[in-house]
Amino acid sequence: MTPDTPRRHFHDELDRLQDSLLEMAGIAERIVALAAEGVLTRDRTVSRKVIAEDDRVDELEVSIDELAVELLALQQPMARDLRLIIATLKVSNDLERAGDHGVNMARAAKRLAKLPPLPDLPEVAEMADMARGMLSDAMACFVARDTTRAREICLRDDRVDNLRESLFRILVTHMLEDPRRISPALELLLITQNLERIADLATNIAEDVVFLVEGRTIKHNVQDSDSEDEVAGEA
Amino acid sequence: MATTHGIDTGGRAPALEARGLTVHYGQKRAVHDVSLVVPTNQVVALIGPSGCGKSTLLRCFNRMNDLIPSARITGEALFRGQDLYDDAVDPVEVRRRIGMVFQKPNPFPKSIYDNTAFGPRIQGVDGDLDSIVERALRSAALWDEVSDRLRDSALTLSGGQQQRLCIARTLAVQPEILLMDEPASALDPIATQRIEELIYRLKRDYTIVIVTHNMQQAARVSDYTAFLYMGELVEYGPTDTLFTNPAEERTEAYVTGRFG
Repeated sequence: MTPDTPRRHFHDELDRLQDSLLEMAGIAERIVALAAEGVLTRDRTVSRKVIAEDDRVDELEVSIDELAVELLALQQPMARDLRLIIATLKVSNDLERAGDHGVNMARAAKRLAKLPPLPDLPEVAEMADMARGMLSDAMACFVARDTTRAREICLRDDRVDNLRESLFRILVTHMLEDPRRISPALELLLITQNLERIADLATNIAEDVVFLVEGRTIKHNVQDSDSEDEVAGEA
Repeated sequence: MATTHGIDTGGRAPALEARGLTVHYGQKRAVHDVSLVVPTNQVVALIGPSGCGKSTLLRCFNRMNDLIPSARITGEALFRGQDLYDDAVDPVEVRRRIGMVFQKPNPFPKSIYDNTAFGPRIQGVDGDLDSIVERALRSAALWDEVSDRLRDSALTLSGGQQQRLCIARTLAVQPEILLMDEPASALDPIATQRIEELIYRLKRDYTIVIVTHNMQQAARVSDYTAFLYMGELVEYGPTDTLFTNPAEERTEAYVTGRFG
């Protein structure tokens, strides 16, 4: 942007809005990574760190909301500027939710560490890796305005859903086999639910990238192709 | 060539159409090879920076450029499929059926009643002039404010009221199309809102083409927007598309204020 464009001040403010969102994304990704680490290593100390980080995410969400509303009201943005503000509002909401799911996981990890361990479940690590990767890739697409990779991220959500279904069956089997495994299995069930939601939120962010760049809403189509897959899978 | 998105004429002949329209003022080319259709009972906004040709294009549609000796027009400007510049067409009749409202309210130094009745009188209307005046003033959303002082001078009205009086004067001859050249640019925000609300209501009975410098106004009042730049039509399509997701980089740059 050259300094003599008529709306320089406004575009500087837009940059500031996006910078806040990226700071928020960095922290949310860290929260999810820490929480997953806590689950996998049975580390009961992560929850304190995660909660502290989440406070900053909440602060950033409020400041992004305020700046976005101010820019909408005072600057009457159009075209890609308008789409950036709308997408930022939606993505910041998704990141805040992802942070909360990370906190839930960290708390579950703390409780889990006090319970007898279950036999090794590699699916949990894979699911955590996928959810984390989707979140960080979705934000990379946001920065690079890369809709091709954003669309690929949406497709990865199916794999996460399948992992959660497998884990559900495995954990129920553990509970049926040995009542002492009920408590840890329930905690892990809760954790997989949170990971699955984080992957969904990453998918939302990827969809918002397509809206941001192309002005197109792909949510519905993705849902359509999902339901087709399910029908095909059941047949 | 311009990007033109879906323009829905509802299966009817468009109210207005430009086909390869080019306008020169002497050596200077003001409008270059513009083609667009204006659907019936819709509001079309023409936007673009100063000197982009939007007012010139508007004026082609009721032959106002005829009054400028150096103006030369090629291509076609069609009204319901008929070429407005055909030799057989009477420009006075064109201007009756295609009315024009200007930037600055220009009431005659006469009474409110006489301003409104001016057109019908010239046409020799001998029917019930009172009811024609009342209907026109009601359509222009001015009746309630002036019904008890129709004999007062139009110059006693506020700027916003004067502009609505000019709209009433145009409506009194029962045109089919209203051309508006920056109709609210000399008005305060409340008067502007009244004009915008009026445009929305008039759409039911008239086809409207409005030139405006105010992009937000174009976004608020129009169904379709055309973006002109240096005499060329850059992009034309549904207003929501043009302002949320334009196809052309030049449109994007203009509507987001990144021009220059």
